Amino acid sequence: MRYIDEFRESEYANGIIDKIHSISKKNVKLMEVCGTHTVAIFKSGIRELLPKTIKLISGPGCPVCVTPMADIDKAIVIARQKDVIFTTFGDMMRVPGSLGTLQKQKADEGLDIRIVYSPLDALKIARDNKDKKVAFFSAGFETTTPTIAATVFQAYMDSLKNFFILPVNKTVPPAIKALLDTPELGLNGFICPGHVSVLIGSNVYKFIAEKYKRPAVISGFEPVDILLSIYMLIKQIEEKDAKVEIEYKRAVTPEGNKKAMGIMRDVFEPCDADWRGIGVIPESGLKLAKKYKGFDAVEHFGINIPAVEDKTSCNCGDILRGLKEPPECKLFGKACTPENPVGPCMVSTEGSCAAYYRFAGKDN
Amino acid sequence: MCLGIPAKVIKIDDHLATVEIGGARKEIGLHLVDNISVGDYVIIHAGYAINKINEKEAEETLSLLRRLGDEVYR
Ligand code: SF4
Repeated sequence: MRYIDEFRESEYANGIIDKIHSISKKNVKLMEVCGTHTVAIFKSGIRELLPKTIKLISGPGCPVCVTPMADIDKAIVIARQKDVIFTTFGDMMRVPGSLGTLQKQKADEGLDIRIVYSPLDALKIARDNKDKKVAFFSAGFETTTPTIAATVFQAYMDSLKNFFILPVNKTVPPAIKALLDTPELGLNGFICPGHVSVLIGSNVYKFIAEKYKRPAVISGFEPVDILLSIYMLIKQIEEKDAKVEIEYKRAVTPEGNKKAMGIMRDVFEPCDADWRGIGVIPESGLKLAKKYKGFDAVEHFGINIPAVEDKTSCNCGDILRGLKEPPECKLFGKACTPENPVGPCMVSTEGSCAAYYRFAGKDN
Repeated sequence: MCLGIPAKVIKIDDHLATVEIGGARKEIGLHLVDNISVGDYVIIHAGYAINKINEKEAEETLSLLRRLGDEVYR
């Protein structure tokens, strides 16, 4: 496929790996914020190809992994309402809340819960089922949220009265800031998410370089993209530089996608949000703006669910912040496996625990 | 969850487009992007195009990769 195959030529990889080895002197910890990067790194074995001086740490970068139990419970309670069709991205089906998972509710209680690929599919279900109420589980970072915003906008223009969303959307920059404010992490640089940045641009990351004096590179998703980004970060660190650079230039600009962000900011507004295992991060969530409140499923169905405490001994919170590696959790690979996940990092295919289990677990 | 796939725009019909992804065809929304023409490559996420791929920049990244490799093996 064009724009994928050319970036998969292995001769490039060897060249950059040699380059990284030749310039890396200091011991550094780099965090890849995005779960899609985590999977690519494990799949391609990049960790093993790097010099001992470079340690890669996986961050919180998967919207599924950071959805708190109370939000899963809300989804289940909404799905239980009369005449509701509940729609969701597939990954959210198996995330455990205190009431169980959507998947189990569907099987046990026969609830009408449907997996959709796009929020547009949920909208279509609403149009085709005017006698039902269709709710969509609105999860995602800035990559996904504009697509949901465009869908809500469409529903607003069409005055659709039977379409609702349960917004649990989150934004990446406040989370990076929270990580930088965790000094025990000792991070020296960031591999910033590629597709989130397509939307938000690179300028929003300036605080990482200016306030915290750390380099940041926005990376594409092919192994050579990630290697080149690591090279760019190490070069900056060795030259005592700290700036925001874009490796994924074929898709990311400094300003980002202004049109999409405009639609997102029209439909949603910032609010504080609870990140599973991490806690509340100020202004890191999104709620529907006043004009679109009529689409809020929580308000429409009058759902009131307090925050619930996670009683399992899941270590996702530490793993999402890079304080622990999956094998340090005593449930890893034993009580907790992709077939039988205890925590969200094992549910999501992009969770650190799942990636570690699938690609690295065996050799460690 | 933030997977995006490059796809070629085959047909445009107002706010909807038909794209080709590795031989398969799909209908997607163009609501989040401007100035898209038939033949452009876009990145698809959750049923929408989220941007246009910049061909010139793609070439430049590839030539940077080549150059770095050459520096090593020279
Ligand atoms: S292995 Fe399972 S229980 Fe342990 S941190 Fe990962 S997801 Fe949580």
